[in-house]
Amino acid sequence: MVRLLHIEFIKLWNNRTSRILILTSFIFPFSILILSSIKIPFFGFFTLDLGKTGIFNVPIIWHISTFFIAFFKIFFAIVVVSMIGNEYSNRTIKQNLIDGLSKKEFILSKFYFILTYSLISSIVVFLITLIIALFHSSYTEMNLLFRGSEFVLAYFFKLVGFFSLCFFLGVLIKRSAFALGFLFISFIVEMILYALFKWKWFNDQIADQIMQFFPFTSLWSLINQPIQRVVAMSVPEKQDLIYDYSVHWHEVLIVVGWTGLFIYLSYVLLKKRDL
Amino acid sequence: METILTVQNLTKKFGFLTAVKDLSFTIEKGNVYGILGPNGSGKSTTLGIILNVVNRTAGDFSWFNGNTSTHEALKKVGAIIERPNFYPYMSAIQNLKLVCKIKEVSETKIQEKLELVGLWERKDSKFKTYSLGMKQRLAIASALLNDPEILILDEPTNGLDPQGIHQIRQIIKKIAGQGTTILLASHLLDEVEKVCSHVVILRKGEKLYSGPVDGMLASHGFFELRTTDMDKLEQLLDKNASFGKITRENGTLTAFLKEEMQAEELNKILYEKGLVLSHLVKRKESLEEQFLTLTKNN
Repeated sequence: MVRLLHIEFIKLWNNRTSRILILTSFIFPFSILILSSIKIPFFGFFTLDLGKTGIFNVPIIWHISTFFIAFFKIFFAIVVVSMIGNEYSNRTIKQNLIDGLSKKEFILSKFYFILTYSLISSIVVFLITLIIALFHSSYTEMNLLFRGSEFVLAYFFKLVGFFSLCFFLGVLIKRSAFALGFLFISFIVEMILYALFKWKWFNDQIADQIMQFFPFTSLWSLINQPIQRVVAMSVPEKQDLIYDYSVHWHEVLIVVGWTGLFIYLSYVLLKKRDL
Repeated sequence: METILTVQNLTKKFGFLTAVKDLSFTIEKGNVYGILGPNGSGKSTTLGIILNVVNRTAGDFSWFNGNTSTHEALKKVGAIIERPNFYPYMSAIQNLKLVCKIKEVSETKIQEKLELVGLWERKDSKFKTYSLGMKQRLAIASALLNDPEILILDEPTNGLDPQGIHQIRQIIKKIAGQGTTILLASHLLDEVEKVCSHVVILRKGEKLYSGPVDGMLASHGFFELRTTDMDKLEQLLDKNASFGKITRENGTLTAFLKEEMQAEELNKILYEKGLVLSHLVKRKESLEEQFLTLTKNN
């Protein structure tokens, strides 16, 4: 496993674009750290202090930070798609196989890299959130500090699932730009489908029940949007704002299922192909 | 003798097209093999199948008597097919280190092999800055990193300038001289003739011949003769049962043998009949002539 991981690391780290994208994806999450520590003065009229709103307090901060930082996954998604596209356009995939890498090892080396990246990214998110939580929590909350940290676990699975989808599209389409385009189109198709289920064919409930099994929706529902929760927190009397935002095991299972399916399909596809 | 590769009834179909048809041959250790065939005769497809990049439709092949899986066996094989494929943004040395990782061999041989192909000075240049000849040489260095049991080359001099071709040939000869088994696919016959001891000849995916270069045609060679009285010479040879086809071209008579005959013997016979030769050469058909005869007749 270390050998396969090292092989992929050499390929990516020596590529300037990939290196910059990976580093960027790690630097950006720190912006939330800065955001949490500054007070924005509005020309002396008033000062916007985000800390006062309570969004940096435990446990909601685990929800908020994982939700927003997860958007930066797009940087590594580009790397994932191009790490297949480049192998095809440079025809190095052929050379790799001739040199004695099996097709299975080829897929695994890239999947291991995705796992490792997601793991490191999750650790970074965990540390950033922990720092913010420590700053904004009083000592009485210390024992509750890790309440809500299951969102970091959800973040990990969300990343792995999303990158596996990108990986599959990369293998399927072979060209990075087209694969990214296809990713976007399939996202829109799923949204349209959701809308049709909801308003045209069925109702809210059935739509949600069916759509939770679709790739994008399953990734989305791992970490539900926290905005409503923030609003509900500041307006406690509004009961209709209450919704189920927690991380469920069945949601994780669906995403793990997709991950396995995408990686397996990539392998089958590669195995059947003549290079 | 140790068998390196056995191919049995290998078939590959691309839709309706049959690229390789029921092909069988074996590669023994220590020989230099040439796979010959016109463009589109299935050479590259055959190599693709044994190198694990093309899926076979039917038949079987096994490396090293089938004791290991194909991808494990390929770690003991050095192969270059078509154009050299490396990561353009990485230097020669980075690319070779990656190959070492894939083949699971130590990185100690990198310098030796880069010096062998004359690229040590450019070891830190990025692959994309190389000329085609240099790329091809790097590919050879890469294929040799594991001191392979067999070196497979597919059209190694394609697209190179005369100097590049010469350099590559020198390297191949050097490697063959060290006793490495080589499998060389080419449509350049003089290239194969210069280095190969055995040939496999393909046409439209079918095997026409496989065996030693000399045994390709059941031929005893031919004489090229010149003398003052050419008509008399032709009459004489016509009557002799040892000769088959006789042709005359540009004042030279070419007589093909039906059975073995030494040049001295012919010279003696003709001298006794009162004919003195000004030119006498006994030759075997060149590989090119043999190849053309073989592919035409079938």
